[in-house]
Amino acid sequence: MRYERPETIQAATTLLAEAQDSVFVLAGGTDLLVRMQRDDFEAELVVDIKSIAGITDVIETDDSFVIGAAVSCAALGEHAALRAAWPGVVEAANLIGSTQIQGRCTVVGNLCNASPAADSVPALIAAGAQARIVGPNGTRTVPVEEVPTGPGKTSLAKGEMIDAIVIAKPEPKSGDSYLRFTPRTEMDIAVVGASVHLVLDDAGTVKTARVALGAVGPKVLVSQEAAQSIIGTTLDAAALDALATVCSAASTPIDDKRGTVDFRKQVAGVLARRAALIAFERAGGTQ
Amino acid sequence: MSSIAVSTTINGDDVEYLCQADETLLDVLRNRLGLMGSKEGCGTGDCGACSTIIDGRVVCSCLVLGAEAQGRTIETIEGMANGAALHPLQTNFIEHAALQCGVCTPGFLMAAKALLDVNPDPTEEEIRFWLAGNLCRCTGYDKIVRAVQAAAVEMRGEQA
Amino acid sequence: MSFDAGYQSHKFKSVGTRPLRPDGVDKVTGRARYGADFNMPGQLVARVLRSPHAHARIVRIDTAKAEALKGVKAVVTAADLPDLTNGDGALFAILDNCMARTKAMYDGHAVAAVAAIDENVAKAALKLIEVEYELLPHVVDVDAAMQADAPVLNDTIFTTGVDPKPETPSNIANRSEFGHGDVDAGFAAADFIVERSYKTEQTHQGYIEPHACVANCNSDGSADLWVCTQGHFVYRQNCADLLGLEVSKLRVTSSEIGGGFGGKTHVWTEPVALALSRKAGRPVKLVMSREEVFRASGPTSATSIDVKIGARKDGKITGAMATLRYTSGPYPDMWAELGAMTSFACYDLENVKTVGFEVVVNRPKVAAYRAPSAPMAAFAVESAMDELAHKIGVNAVDLRVMNAASEGTKSSYGPVYGPIGIGPTLEAAQSHPHMSAPLGKNQGRGMACGFWFNFGGQTCSDLNVNADGTVGLAVGTVDVGGSRASLSLIAAEELGIDYQDIKAVIADTATLGYNDMTDGSRGTFSSSMATISAARNAIDVMRARAALMWDIPVDDIYWEEGHAKAAGSKYGNLSPLSVKEIAAESGNTGGPIAGHSEMIADGAGVSFGTHICDVEVDPETGSTRIVRYTVIQDAGKAVHPSYVEGQYQGGAAQGIGWALNEEYVYGDDGRLQNPGFLDYRIPVCSDLPMIDTQILEIPNPNHPYGVRGVGETPIVPPLAAIANAVSNAVGVRMSHIPMSPPRILAALNDAAKG
Repeated sequence: MRYERPETIQAATTLLAEAQDSVFVLAGGTDLLVRMQRDDFEAELVVDIKSIAGITDVIETDDSFVIGAAVSCAALGEHAALRAAWPGVVEAANLIGSTQIQGRCTVVGNLCNASPAADSVPALIAAGAQARIVGPNGTRTVPVEEVPTGPGKTSLAKGEMIDAIVIAKPEPKSGDSYLRFTPRTEMDIAVVGASVHLVLDDAGTVKTARVALGAVGPKVLVSQEAAQSIIGTTLDAAALDALATVCSAASTPIDDKRGTVDFRKQVAGVLARRAALIAFERAGGTQ
Repeated sequence: MSSIAVSTTINGDDVEYLCQADETLLDVLRNRLGLMGSKEGCGTGDCGACSTIIDGRVVCSCLVLGAEAQGRTIETIEGMANGAALHPLQTNFIEHAALQCGVCTPGFLMAAKALLDVNPDPTEEEIRFWLAGNLCRCTGYDKIVRAVQAAAVEMRGEQA
Repeated sequence: MSFDAGYQSHKFKSVGTRPLRPDGVDKVTGRARYGADFNMPGQLVARVLRSPHAHARIVRIDTAKAEALKGVKAVVTAADLPDLTNGDGALFAILDNCMARTKAMYDGHAVAAVAAIDENVAKAALKLIEVEYELLPHVVDVDAAMQADAPVLNDTIFTTGVDPKPETPSNIANRSEFGHGDVDAGFAAADFIVERSYKTEQTHQGYIEPHACVANCNSDGSADLWVCTQGHFVYRQNCADLLGLEVSKLRVTSSEIGGGFGGKTHVWTEPVALALSRKAGRPVKLVMSREEVFRASGPTSATSIDVKIGARKDGKITGAMATLRYTSGPYPDMWAELGAMTSFACYDLENVKTVGFEVVVNRPKVAAYRAPSAPMAAFAVESAMDELAHKIGVNAVDLRVMNAASEGTKSSYGPVYGPIGIGPTLEAAQSHPHMSAPLGKNQGRGMACGFWFNFGGQTCSDLNVNADGTVGLAVGTVDVGGSRASLSLIAAEELGIDYQDIKAVIADTATLGYNDMTDGSRGTFSSSMATISAARNAIDVMRARAALMWDIPVDDIYWEEGHAKAAGSKYGNLSPLSVKEIAAESGNTGGPIAGHSEMIADGAGVSFGTHICDVEVDPETGSTRIVRYTVIQDAGKAVHPSYVEGQYQGGAAQGIGWALNEEYVYGDDGRLQNPGFLDYRIPVCSDLPMIDTQILEIPNPNHPYGVRGVGETPIVPPLAAIANAVSNAVGVRMSHIPMSPPRILAALNDAAKG
């Protein structure tokens, strides 16, 4: 195995494109190094991107936040403006692992590892985040939900890597949240995750909404029907019940060592309901 | 696999070593540099026994490649005391019986130091959540939390 | 030398204080050396090849390619460990578990091992070992394994303890029975009966330090083993027996130990490391990975238990019965028997019967886990007691008080009790502020009692008085939780000198006589007994030296407050002689001064505890939080109260993890799905509140200071205390441990439907 630490995007994508066998991007390493412990792990090349100029920065522009691919979640949590604008996204990112993991892990790594239970992904999707992908053929930007295609698989082509996540600044009267279910208070992989982002109109009614559920399918589930169930409401009891019912029904989880199908479906509804209330309150909603 | 030359700073000293691409920093510390205070409890970042502080952030050294240490500032348990003078966290751990078998202790001390460096007056809840990445099987954490609280008081220069 | 172990009331000066432990600085600076912290020049790295199948015949192993790989210095299979066990079934089980001989009996069972110049070569060598398996049907569940159509693991197992002996082999290795009286008559006389079945899943001790050793075999038959262990003498015996080494030529040094809890009381990979070293002619370092620890060291039993308890309406129990089915892994052992013994040990019962079934399954070989077998039995019995209290309409603690064992009670497992602490712990629980604290929304309270035997065993100590008057104490029980501090306090107390002048060390097998391992809560109990005995012997020597120095008969000299003193006034004003002064003259009075002790420490004294627990359960998700926890336990005499508290808190925390989240998860393929700390969920710091402790001291009449073993009882009550708390919080009886959120939510859903 070789280790390279390029200092430019171009050098990085060239290395990725020219590798013959398996090649991995290394930012935080909190998934990659776990994989490397396995006896069956093989790699030709590991590309450490942390020395690329700007890739560890969070940049605030007039209308967006640009989060470099190597920004640690701990550093993300310390960005006051991002935290104020997108508390759900930052809270989700800060739930990953432990303090030690937080000091290294990245939301881009979380996205590209493509675990169905990744904590930051439902919140990024609900927030409408974009992934800026660089490669030998230039740069392209896609909604983050287009990156994971299934457990452990992404839509990135050979030679491509994500160099930043771009999130537009929130509209007025909007709020986002992320909740997850874990058996312990920390350290666990989410058994169910639910993120809600909603925008209120001047009357305080839900105008637009996005509901994203994690760990209940091979990829994060974005439910239009769930969003519809709360649009036009002030999250009264009937709307919340409808939201919970839709989320439970839409979920397609599996039985595994972390949870059962029944449990995940039921809790998906419970968490969606609770997440919606938090987002509503953040958007300035009152009931 | 050919070796990578690394120059880094460990506990204030300039250190150079050669390592393989797939060696972790924990491997390097324990097997090449004789710094065996950081322990391997799991190798996958789940137990915190290997905790070290890199550029001010506490991380699991089993999830850092030895090659990544290039140009960085690393603190390990071996550098926590100032010569023979123990750090207040160290003395309070002993005084409050915050260790039984002691194998998790270096990791806890590193993590607790990183906490008090950024938050000198943490609540019990803040201490518990910050240390959630450090597993202890002997103590039930009660005396560990009390030792951190006592050390924080001492470091703030207050009366207990 | 006769040693009077009887309790004598004392006004203690050192015992009961809280000085700093002698190994503390090494441990907080990272200097302390654990199993993996030792290296020998020229050492090789070992890796073990393990079966990926739950049950399979090993048809063929071809190691030629691995042996030919550059950098590989030795490869071993069972062929390199000939059977020297000579019909000893227990020893054969250890041998076969270290390296499978004909069949892989569980996912993770060792089938071969390599020693190479580095980790990467060893890893590559494993891939080159060719193993042909013939897959066999497997069974991992305790109840499934007892069915008539279950795959039989070992066709030489015919259930023992039944008459007539069965004609066909099965997975039921043994049936045991305890009790007295007539339970049928007892139930007939009952006004209320509770009858229920319970299940507990398999858990692991979860010590943070994986097994690690460095083994070195020399060509002259001598060998060295550096290893983390709870019993270096036992490891020496095991390894010598399995490798055909002379015991006296194998020197085992115990490193500091990073947790054991029973799981490091016999060997797992050490004989393999020695075999590799013998074949390679070089030292071999073998460290288990965390995954290997879960797959291939010794978890506790999984169980299935039926309990029936009947009582009159005044609360007096008239009959009690339990049938306990425990897994032992692939080799028969006595775990069910232990469970059957402890089940009703807390109670004074006229009619009681417990039956234990030992069941073999395709899972790793079970090892002791802190009060082995007791927590599961207590879970079932104490849950039934709680349900009975509800049914009768009496307070949960009162029901226990009405039926508690006391001095003179004939226990359910046979012996008659001396003075015991269960009554006092129940009274203390009744009046503890926790018991009357208000409960919030979705919260429930539970309590439970627990019992452990505590063991004595073979113990010896050497106490040497140095020329400067300081004292060196060499003990043979490994220090798992601060016993060096406690033993120093004991020696200080007995000699009448300062704690600071004593240095306790753990001796290796070449420098001290045989010591049983640190288990059964015997560490401080037995070693303190031996320490007191050794100290008294040293005092006799020092009195004799004083007699020479003063030229008076030794019978006229007594020992008090660390000094030899002349009795009466017949010798005028002789100034008392301190240890320092006597030691300074030792060169002229007969040479070095020492006291030894070799004994079987008897009478460890049973230990009882009562726990109180408050939980909060989220009724929409089953998520459970421990809100408050109190441990009340009798220590006899707490030598170092901080370490006794630590044992109480640590045992409770393990019980909390076991009750709420910890379990071995198996797939249909019989493979362990969660061999890591991510998905084998032990409590993290944020999961627990502060754990309150109350130490009671009812002196053990069989120890000079009244000390009882304390380390194990704390893990016995939590499963039931928490199950009772959860059941009371949600209004549904929980009978399957761990009570993970999916189980709680399913129970709530079922109750809502039915």
